[in-house]
Amino acid sequence: MWSLFARDIRLNIRAGGGALTGVIFFLAVIATIPFGVGPDLKLLSRIGPAILWIGALLACLLGLDRLFQADREDGSLDLLVLGNDRHMLALTVLVKCLAHWAGSVLPLVVAAPLLGLFMNMEPLGIGATALTLLVGTPAITFIGAAGAAVAVALPRGGLLISVLVLPLTIPVLIFGVSASYGATADPDPFLQPFLILAALTLFLGVLGPASAALALRHGTD
Amino acid sequence: MRLIAENLGGERGGETVFSGIGFALEKGQALVVTGPNGSGKSTLLRVIAGLLPKAEGDVRIEGGGKTFPTIASAVHYLGHLNAMKTALSVTENLRFWRDFNGDDALDVEEALETVGLGGIGHLPFGYLSTGQRRRAAIAKLLASHRPLWLLDEPTAGLDKASEARFAGLMMKHCVAGGMIVAATHLPLGIEATELRMGEATERLPQQGIIS
Repeated sequence: MWSLFARDIRLNIRAGGGALTGVIFFLAVIATIPFGVGPDLKLLSRIGPAILWIGALLACLLGLDRLFQADREDGSLDLLVLGNDRHMLALTVLVKCLAHWAGSVLPLVVAAPLLGLFMNMEPLGIGATALTLLVGTPAITFIGAAGAAVAVALPRGGLLISVLVLPLTIPVLIFGVSASYGATADPDPFLQPFLILAALTLFLGVLGPASAALALRHGTD
Repeated sequence: MRLIAENLGGERGGETVFSGIGFALEKGQALVVTGPNGSGKSTLLRVIAGLLPKAEGDVRIEGGGKTFPTIASAVHYLGHLNAMKTALSVTENLRFWRDFNGDDALDVEEALETVGLGGIGHLPFGYLSTGQRRRAAIAKLLASHRPLWLLDEPTAGLDKASEARFAGLMMKHCVAGGMIVAATHLPLGIEATELRMGEATERLPQQGIIS
């Protein structure tokens, strides 16, 4: 299983991988917001966590279509499905999700504090947003894996995956943003939404790969 | 160990491609599936592997013991595609499949030597020619042990010398107690039972001849 993780990370970093695409997209979204909203520093710092979360969410969805499609195109997916008796397919999918997250989404979390400065956020708010992104973004990848598995046979499945997955990611977004606000705005709680966010990630960490494995098993042709 | 198919039928998109296929393959035997294009050779292999649901009948493996209880666990499937990543080197590709498949047989260098690709393991898989890619995919069969090989046009793109070498590898696999089911148009140069598909069944729509 470790070898699958290492292979996917390597593919992500090498030519043709999408590791940087997400970060550039994230940067583009966050960098244009202040121009659109105007130079109202108070407003920017108020909407900062929400904008960072929305940017990260959309950037997460960007590379998802290649999660299984690349393996399907070169025939690897057949062999991964056949390996079900040795490595449970849901576990294989989970490892692929983790590799995808570490390769494509973790850079977004790392870039988030820097982009937080663009939004005139306080250090505490930046830290809280980065932390909630760290805990919450795996959930988006897990839901995305299920969408990617359903759309694996479609040549231009990227848009369909986004449409399928976006409604399901809304709870993650809501609790992620409210936890980020909770850290800075005083009466709002931080811990409760943060714990629900963590619970969502754990819950979807089981449900996402299991349903993706089911879709892949019945989607081979 | 035996591979048994009884009255096996397969379909694609709701249309029956073949039906009533039956065979029993003993340890050390090979079965060559022949027939015109569209007669269902690839579909048969995918149905045997379990990648496609069977429309009717049954296919199973007997006497596999604890290591190989199901066909999927006992099979090396070599399809049209080589299941290798073009961005990774040949060695990286093979090492991954060897680790993932388990039941190590030859190590990566030895497997590459055996198919005549010694010394080019460091090249990215994308730099290889069609025949070399096929040979690298064959090396994958040697890197982990599986008793049953399902080969779909295994010699496509291979030159004469590589074909002969591959025939030798297949014979060695059979002598060691393995089984082979190969779909092919070309003679493979091994002793095998032949299963001809698509002759008795005239169900397929006849293609017009384009002059």
